Amino acid sequence: MSETKALESMIGEEYKYGFTTDVEYEDFPTGINEDVVRLISEKKNEPEWMTEFRLKAFRAWKEMEEPDWFNATYEKPKFDKLQYYSAPKNKPKLDSLDDVDPKIRETYEKLGIPLEEQKALAGVAVDAVFDSVSIFTTFKEKLAEAGVIFCSISEAIQNHPELVKKYMGSVVPARDNFYAALNSAVFSDGSFCYVPKDTICPMELSTYFRINNMNSGQFERTLIIAEENSHVSYLEGCTAPMYDEHQLHAAVVELVALENAEIKYSTIQNWYSGDEDGKGGIYNFVTKRGACRGDNSKISWTQLETGSAVTLKYPSVILQGDNSVGEFYSVAVTNNRQQADTGTKMIHLGKNTKSTIISKGISAGKSDNSYRGQVKFSKKADNARNYSQCDSMLIGQTCGAHTFPYIESANPTAKVEHEATTSRVGEDQIFYLQQRGLSEDDAISLIVNGFAKEVLKELPMEFAVEANKLLGIKLEGSVG
Amino acid sequence: MLELKDLHVEVEGEGIEILKGVNLKVKKGEIHAIMGPNGSGKSTLSKVVAGHPEYEVTKGDILFEGESILELDPDERAHKGVFLAFQYPVEVPGVTNNTLLRESYNTIAASMGREELDPLEFEDYIKDKLDLVQMDPEFLNRSVNTGFSGGEKKRNEIFQMAVLQPKLSLLDETDSGLDIDALKIVSNGINQLHGEDDAVVLITHYQRLLNYITPDYVHVMMGGKIVKSGEKELALELEEKGYDWLEDLATVNGEAK
Ligand SMILES: Nc1ncnc2c1ncn2[C@@H]1O[C@H](COP(=O)(O)OP(=O)(O)OP(=O)(O)O)[C@@H](O)[C@H]1O
Ligand SMILES: [Mg+2]
Repeated sequence: MSETKALESMIGEEYKYGFTTDVEYEDFPTGINEDVVRLISEKKNEPEWMTEFRLKAFRAWKEMEEPDWFNATYEKPKFDKLQYYSAPKNKPKLDSLDDVDPKIRETYEKLGIPLEEQKALAGVAVDAVFDSVSIFTTFKEKLAEAGVIFCSISEAIQNHPELVKKYMGSVVPARDNFYAALNSAVFSDGSFCYVPKDTICPMELSTYFRINNMNSGQFERTLIIAEENSHVSYLEGCTAPMYDEHQLHAAVVELVALENAEIKYSTIQNWYSGDEDGKGGIYNFVTKRGACRGDNSKISWTQLETGSAVTLKYPSVILQGDNSVGEFYSVAVTNNRQQADTGTKMIHLGKNTKSTIISKGISAGKSDNSYRGQVKFSKKADNARNYSQCDSMLIGQTCGAHTFPYIESANPTAKVEHEATTSRVGEDQIFYLQQRGLSEDDAISLIVNGFAKEVLKELPMEFAVEANKLLGIKLEGSVG
Repeated sequence: MLELKDLHVEVEGEGIEILKGVNLKVKKGEIHAIMGPNGSGKSTLSKVVAGHPEYEVTKGDILFEGESILELDPDERAHKGVFLAFQYPVEVPGVTNNTLLRESYNTIAASMGREELDPLEFEDYIKDKLDLVQMDPEFLNRSVNTGFSGGEKKRNEIFQMAVLQPKLSLLDETDSGLDIDALKIVSNGINQLHGEDDAVVLITHYQRLLNYITPDYVHVMMGGKIVKSGEKELALELEEKGYDWLEDLATVNGEAK
């Protein structure tokens, strides 16, 4: 077969998380207005200040325009057709796993995330979020012994209001952008984590997000706070059923690292990406930002983005404390009709701050994959440094890769180093590996894993094998 | 072991005929050398035997151990014991030589019903092979061919051959790019690997290689055909006279350019 012909026949492995769970949902009105916002707050039994936070955000959102500066074209979400809150009907208080709807338990089982602690991955605590609500959090007690709070954000609002009040919106203000404002108004659930002073969190923390309901948007809200001299590593994973319609996922994640603290945040994003022709799939419009508030603090984002129909996502770090460090390691894979516009922002405010950006984009099929990165040095950021490396890999002739780096410097002592490469997985490379006995899919998987290695090695060990497999599966059959 | 019968090959989809009726028989235990001017189709021949998707066999057949392999994918041919040392070995950044080799070895072993090796066993297994081609173990941890010098790439190909122990080795200009010492070492390695049960097809431009590896037969390829075959003396004759005197043969036998 000729190269073009061979490379054009795209099959792509079936999405194995595409099943739906048949649960009964609480009734909730469709569309959005102030009453709906109030109703969400009411359902969640929230204190007055939280309701106010939401309403303020909603009013701001109403005045804002939906952005369109990114390199993606898609049908805009119909905000008046969405359901902004979606909770399974028989959701009791979640003190014991026995109270969780067996169907939902089964769902997580099927996804490979058992909620029974004895079956769980050793050393990983899980918060399971199903549509709009947190279903269950494992290993809570063990974490509490170390003083670590790990629970759903709804619980945190009830039980640790002073922390939530202090930090929520302090990194991503409600009016930050269109989707952050919407999230601030209607966020349903998400994870909360607080690591006290001088504490190294004894386990990997992780949240598993699942969208089940067809018409609901998922507005997840995550807040992680690491006090002085503390350390925490957190991982989120996500899947969704296959529907012909698009679903909206608009999350806000805020990280706060105080003096000498370190937060490592990893994402394995495998939302349903739509079919070969671009029908269905998740819109993944996410605002993720970390603040290195304290001196010598460090925030590191690692992401493996393989799913979603459209991804717009720029996990960023504000390097406020002197000597603070920001890192962004990303592998973004697009296949078929997927579109990803993703990258990072590194805002250097403190002296001797350092940031590293390693971005690996892999495009196959008729997909489009863009890296967009901003590195900014303020006047006070003496001797700040950034190293950026953006590599793109193309599989086939019908996909696109783009790189948009923006650098702004108000300090002459700041230094930037930027490297970018584009390569194509050629028929010759695949033939070479096949000649050495590897199947075509294994050959592609090996090439792609080799390309992404620098980033994959940053993922927590427990998830590295999964990640490798996921990359392989995602691109299976992407070369005829 | 290998039999090519009136093999006609075109570039897939472009209708350009490159091989115009090649006949060749290679038996177990033999070494064949194929020589011929640039662009005569030598590399194409080796790639077609290995199953490169860019080429289409329009007529004729390729038999391996008596069976047609035309319908097999490249990896299936490799599992049967076909090995191609590339004229231009391909770089695979981020994948170490060691990773690839172990995966290759185990995939082929599994398909042949041989025992697979775990990382430690594999490390033991390849020690001798490194020695055979005097390769620095450092190369195991480097990305496949990435940043290798021309000669290092060629040596790496023979190292892979040593590890995979194929039945049929097609070595496409393995000698070009090797310095004088490396040529000796690599030739010596090939001689040691070759035995009663396997066969080697060498593609080369230089008689020099044949001083180290003695072929049983030498073939001259011109215009997509084998126009003359003989024993090792033929190589000496070519060295002396070039290819001009064979031009007539190439045209007499058909419509070659
Ligand atoms: N994919 C292709 N598309 C077009 N022409 C091709 C293709 N592959 C090979 N050819 C042509 O076929 C002819 C034979 O090429 P081949 O590489 O087999 O020659 P060779 O005998 O190995 O030459 P050399 O001694 O220079 O290595 C050349 O004219 C080459 O340009
Ligand atoms: Mg050649």
